[in-house]
Amino acid sequence: MSPNPPRTPPDLVSDPAAPDTAPGVPVAAGTSDTADSTEAATATAVATMPTRPPLGQSTTATARRKRKNITMIVVLSAVLALAIAVLVWVLGYVAAEGLKYLSPQFLTHTPPGNPSAGGGGFANGIIGSLIIVGIATAISIPIGIAAAVYLHEYGGRVAKVARFVTDVLVGVPTIVTGAFVYALIVIRYGYSGYAGAIALAAIMLPLIIRATEEMLRTVPRELREASLALGISKSRTIVSIVLPTASSGIITGCMLAIARAMGETAPLLLTVLGNDLFVETNPDHRMATLSLQVFSNAITGFQAAQGRAWAGALTMVLLVLIFTAIARIAGRRTAVSGGKR
Amino acid sequence: MVTTLDRLDGPDRLRRRRSRPRLADTSFRYLTGAAAWLMIALLAGTTAFLVDKAWPSLRQYGIFGSLSSSRWAPSEAATSKGNPYGILQFVYGTVLTSFIGMLIAVPAAVAIALVVTDVAPRRMRRPLSWLIDLLAAIPSVVYGFWGIFALIPALKPVVTDVNDTLGKVPVIGKVFAGPFFGLSYFTAGLILAIMVLPIITAICREVFATAPVSEKEAALALGATKWEMLRLAVLPRSRSGIVGAAILGFGRAIGETIAVTMVIGNSVLTISTSIFGQGATMPSVIANEFNEATEPFHLDSLFVVGLWLLVLALIVNVIGKIIVSRSGEHIA
Repeated sequence: MSPNPPRTPPDLVSDPAAPDTAPGVPVAAGTSDTADSTEAATATAVATMPTRPPLGQSTTATARRKRKNITMIVVLSAVLALAIAVLVWVLGYVAAEGLKYLSPQFLTHTPPGNPSAGGGGFANGIIGSLIIVGIATAISIPIGIAAAVYLHEYGGRVAKVARFVTDVLVGVPTIVTGAFVYALIVIRYGYSGYAGAIALAAIMLPLIIRATEEMLRTVPRELREASLALGISKSRTIVSIVLPTASSGIITGCMLAIARAMGETAPLLLTVLGNDLFVETNPDHRMATLSLQVFSNAITGFQAAQGRAWAGALTMVLLVLIFTAIARIAGRRTAVSGGKR
Repeated sequence: MVTTLDRLDGPDRLRRRRSRPRLADTSFRYLTGAAAWLMIALLAGTTAFLVDKAWPSLRQYGIFGSLSSSRWAPSEAATSKGNPYGILQFVYGTVLTSFIGMLIAVPAAVAIALVVTDVAPRRMRRPLSWLIDLLAAIPSVVYGFWGIFALIPALKPVVTDVNDTLGKVPVIGKVFAGPFFGLSYFTAGLILAIMVLPIITAICREVFATAPVSEKEAALALGATKWEMLRLAVLPRSRSGIVGAAILGFGRAIGETIAVTMVIGNSVLTISTSIFGQGATMPSVIANEFNEATEPFHLDSLFVVGLWLLVLALIVNVIGKIIVSRSGEHIA
């Protein structure tokens, strides 16, 4: 958190800004290159504040500056309000449309064979999503934490390269990851839940590594040194002292990665393919996932299918929000007060 | 931890441990090191497998052959002598939609980050940033679905007005010309703006947080208004950070697949000059045709698209990463 600057004094001009401290003020240095024509007046006003004429002579300028200040703050806040309005619009729309079809039947049935028919649900997609994301989580969390430990606790040239690569991997389009897993696995073994899980794990890994490394950085060095000074081995120190200290932040990172994987569609299109017909629980086969079902049903022209897709979208948003909420609650305990254990 | 300490209470036990922890330590180091190497292998493997799968098409039409045309007509692959797999229109669509997204998202993200770090009451700051972060939690497919049914109907009257006014202006008119059917570059760009907004905001927030408190306080002490303080003490030193954030957001936008696929119209044959026309992006064509690629060199050419997409994403992300890290050690 950024420390809070003191509140603006109510009457700016009458604020006694100790004139003799002026030479050391760094702000004045920064003004020269930023002041464009419209801002010149205000910038100069600030820069020359210490030698300005006595009170009362610059009231019109002050009023103008105050007006500008209020205008800008209103504009900035309006942008924020607009963004929140969009969020409410999206969530509200999905909730309104989704609630029309969301029902116990939706959660326990598969879609009807004829997509234009009403009724049915996405049970197979929900189960498939949970299985695939579960496998992806089981793969990516241990590997991700291990890699982060290496990056931060051991360091060295490999760690430096791996850190850079991890940062780059965050930006690799997920569909490219999907194409990679297709070339690596699907060509040989066919579409399967496992292939999708590997693709999702590859997407989650960099996220988990970055979050974990970020948390390891906040663990105080003294804690490690104290442990090593007691004769405890480095690996034991990491496993029993460093990781538990950073655990809540790591959990936050993992939960956010899971939430992200829950909503991924594109890589699954290339690896899992989807299965609208029945509940498939064997990850060795083609499976349905919630995201794929929402996608395929949304782009059909049938109203009944779109209705199911809305309910599926709402289910997916709720799942994602649950994981995000868990992440936030876990993160709240953090604040990494290192010594508190 | 308690058990570890218990085991350390006698000198003989200490001696006994001397050889064991070495082994445990070494294997632990190698195990974690292997995980780090896996990340390097992941990037190398992605590149290698994409090149391998794209190779037949690259060999048939030349490495840059696909970049010399803007016509994608797989059905002509069997008969035509030239390269039917031109991808320039996809590159154009990808860059244009992401650019539209950035035009909207970057100023908005800067404004939001300023409010969240310096303007809003302190108690509101954390909840407000959570709300903005929530925008990133909504799945891509949901944005696409919402875009078709909620955003496009809302856009139609506005865009039709733009078609009738700006679209009639001689030179720039081409860019804003109608007709607007809903699915378009612009719609995709608008959704991309919403999707990358939280990412850019998060980076900007961290960049703004690095502005020294002493300078902010100095500005306020000299009688600067809050806005002047932001202009003088926060924004100037954040310029490169904002640019880096924008580039990283751009990098994210070019890879966005499903939402864009749903609202861009998927017209693969040519480049539309109007931002309200229909088109396709590199990810969208892969998502659309991958499972139905039956023509000669069709799938291979989709891998070519993927390969160029990867190259584009890598370049953009590396540049963004370098610029952002210059403005602060651990940001992004």
